[in-house]
Amino acid sequence: MAQTKLSEVNDSNKAIAHELAKKQRDISVSQFFEKNRHLLGFDNKKKALMTTIKEAVDNSLDACEEARILPEVSVEVIDMGNDRFRVIIEDNGPGIVKKQIPNIFAKLLYGSKFHSMKQQRGQQGIGISAAVLYAQLTTGRPAKIVSKIHPKEPAHYYELHINTNENKPEIVKEDQLEWNKEHGTKIEIDLEASYQSGNQSIDEYLKETSIVNPHATIIYTNPKAEQIIFPRATQDLPAQAMEIKPHPYGVELGMMIHMLKDTEARTLQSFLSTEFTRVGSGTAKLICENSALLPNTKPKEITREQAEKLFQGIQKTKLIAPPTDCISPIGQELLERGLKKEVNAEFYATTTRQPAVYRGNPFVIEAGIAYGGQQPAEESIRVMRFANRVPLLYQHGACAVTKSIVQTAWRNYGMSQSRGALPIGPCTVIVHIASVWVPFTSESKEAIAHYPEIIKEIKLALQDCGRQLASYVNKKKRIHAESAKRDYIETFIPHVSDALKTLIGFKDDEKEKVEKYLREILEKHRGQLEDIDFDPTKNVEYDEEMAKIGKSSEDIEDVHVEEEVKKSKKKKDEESDE
Amino acid sequence: MAKTTSSQQQVLKGILGIADDIYKSILKKRQPEVQSPLRALANVKYDPKAGYFELLGKMKARTLTASSVKTFAQMLRMLSLSKDLVGTNDIATKREAYYVSKNWGEARFREQPESDSVMDDIEAMLMVNREQIGYIAEEKGGEVAGKLIVIDTDQDTGKEIRIDCTKFGSGAYSVPSTVEHLKFETDAKFILAIETAGMFQRLAKHNYWKKANCILISLGGVPSRACRRFIRRLSDEIKLPVYVFCDGDFYAYASIYRTLKVGSGNAAHINKYFCVPHAKYLGVTPQDIIDYKLPTHPLKDVDIKKAKDVIKNDPFIKHYKEWEKAINLQLSMKVRSEQQALAAWGLNYVMDTYLPEKLKNSKTWLP
Repeated sequence: MAQTKLSEVNDSNKAIAHELAKKQRDISVSQFFEKNRHLLGFDNKKKALMTTIKEAVDNSLDACEEARILPEVSVEVIDMGNDRFRVIIEDNGPGIVKKQIPNIFAKLLYGSKFHSMKQQRGQQGIGISAAVLYAQLTTGRPAKIVSKIHPKEPAHYYELHINTNENKPEIVKEDQLEWNKEHGTKIEIDLEASYQSGNQSIDEYLKETSIVNPHATIIYTNPKAEQIIFPRATQDLPAQAMEIKPHPYGVELGMMIHMLKDTEARTLQSFLSTEFTRVGSGTAKLICENSALLPNTKPKEITREQAEKLFQGIQKTKLIAPPTDCISPIGQELLERGLKKEVNAEFYATTTRQPAVYRGNPFVIEAGIAYGGQQPAEESIRVMRFANRVPLLYQHGACAVTKSIVQTAWRNYGMSQSRGALPIGPCTVIVHIASVWVPFTSESKEAIAHYPEIIKEIKLALQDCGRQLASYVNKKKRIHAESAKRDYIETFIPHVSDALKTLIGFKDDEKEKVEKYLREILEKHRGQLEDIDFDPTKNVEYDEEMAKIGKSSEDIEDVHVEEEVKKSKKKKDEESDE
Repeated sequence: MAKTTSSQQQVLKGILGIADDIYKSILKKRQPEVQSPLRALANVKYDPKAGYFELLGKMKARTLTASSVKTFAQMLRMLSLSKDLVGTNDIATKREAYYVSKNWGEARFREQPESDSVMDDIEAMLMVNREQIGYIAEEKGGEVAGKLIVIDTDQDTGKEIRIDCTKFGSGAYSVPSTVEHLKFETDAKFILAIETAGMFQRLAKHNYWKKANCILISLGGVPSRACRRFIRRLSDEIKLPVYVFCDGDFYAYASIYRTLKVGSGNAAHINKYFCVPHAKYLGVTPQDIIDYKLPTHPLKDVDIKKAKDVIKNDPFIKHYKEWEKAINLQLSMKVRSEQQALAAWGLNYVMDTYLPEKLKNSKTWLP
């Protein structure tokens, strides 16, 4: 019985396999994206709008910096009704040569950044083309691009679709036109989206971008046609980020095999010394020895097994850490200025760590704290995360920054904190990671992966700021205790003199003398009292209008209401005292 | 009110002296400082010749600093009140003094223990007793029944009043809060000081004083100063022996009896006046618990702790090997007994058997 049944199954299997084979075929990246848009940050309409703008702005800023141009980026969002929005992003960057325009905007996984080890915002070459594809899927309309590379050259105009089967650009329209601009790029995309102000909004994203990119001017026109300008705060471009070759420790086996196929080097030894950083010919020879491979093996002939040996050989060889001068941090001073602009606090501390390395990739952590002032004391602290000068607004729970903050002992710095939670206190924490390759948890670049080296550095940076904060909080406590003590002395001096007066029976002017002397005796060693009361007007950098941007209006109202409640409560207290 | 006496003049001089010292220090821009004897068992020694706890001379200095400015102000206010009281020959109870402070604004006392403590400090500073600086306790002095005539004066007329303590029926005469002005007449043979009101009532109701020819005084726990002074004066002036009859526990030995006989560590500066050096401990002793087969309660941890502390730290108990032996005996018995436990042998057993037997045999007493 069982026998027959099995053979029956076998027979039908064959038949099904043939059936299945008919359905099996190539899946293009574009088609894959159609079904998995959430992986790239297009989960919902609100986020789609954000991701589109973010990708375009990232590209603009990267291009400007690479060309050493002070960026001026204009972002315009127009509500077309029916959940459709038109997004227009224009920059003063170097422009794109005509031939490349279709590929850059209408071919997924095309770009200059994936193969280079350099600190920049974009990484995969997937972002802007994904936005074009999303727009095409939801509205069917092409992306319109204008780009100009030199005052003497004409501007090129394209309308582009993506051929999703072949992941190729489809040129809908092509033209040359006059553009009253020396150079730059402009993209116009129609997409299905929804606009919201408040947390995790375009407004907040652009504001935070301006905080960590003080060299950029951003002009933003929101769907209500209100224009907000975030002017540049410094004329200095950030130090140019240097491109480095990959460090052997940071390369995975698959990548290594790919590099072996692509290289122009003729021997394994020269492959190692030319394609990697920190590998000279001596070290290359050592790696070959450790891998039991001949230095003059031809890279193209190396088999998978040999590549694996090579990979293990590299791990066995002691190598110098990658150079770290390729990283360009924001810097303590600019970070603090940015914080001051956004938060009106009593105390600021910022720090820039020395470069460190994870998996062969150099990185730098910067952190800052703004404490007290107008911030709510009973809520979790506010966290602002940045990676290569890009604000991270989503998935904070999955991010290494959040994990590091949670693991830091904030109680030492005068804040309360439950186990495994963000601390509670009037505080804003800002963390920036700059790296040649920021390890995100997904392609949508919203959270930083939990590398122990990165978490360790973030914690050290936070502790550094925390120590400064603790010494401030303690100083504040001391001064408060001291002024309370002085009030105390003031309260009881008249009692001492009164009692002495009735006991001894001296005159009133004698009483004044006694009080004066008593004050001198008691305050002799107390010194001058420092004034540390919070003065909201002291911070001249603070921009109240700007600080409101990207906060839901409810939050702002809440603050007002609370203040009112406090005021009326205080009034009541005073009345009842009388 | 009557004119101030010379002892009151003395007190006023002391008060002004303290105030003047403080005033002068201030004028010299120096931190004022007041000194008083340290009031603790660690600062007393037992002198069997004198018969009471004497101060060792350890002083506590209080300097005017930022943190002590409040207590300093309160102390001066209190001194000033005291000056008024003594100057006008008036008195205030401790509770009243506490309420007077409510006029002092921020310097007022929150709870009475605060004002009591400042008062104790002033008392020690001046080396006088509370009554001399115008403050009296509101606690009653104790109850008296038996063969004693107390001669008091009428506040209004100044005439003598003779109070016969045999004439209170089932009640008793109450010792006033100050006893210095009283005079006594008696033909009793001894004083029996009794810890509990219950036992006192039994003996008074059955006129035990008549049978034993004595004066009965109830202590009501640790005796008040007035009660101690009252017994002391009887003991000194009429040369009456004083026998103490308490529960058989460590609290009775080391707090009630010891305070009555030699005074306390807390008020060491006045023990001289408030002790009864000739008092003897009649019972209930640890040996009595065995001899009279008294019903007992097991010792609690606090009892054992108290006993060990007493053997180690109390200069009086340490001085008498008999006491140390007795307390160690009771520690080994692990029990305690109450004076009213004698009722287990019949309600009147205490009068008919226990007290007569004990009074006859001085060897069963403790020093």
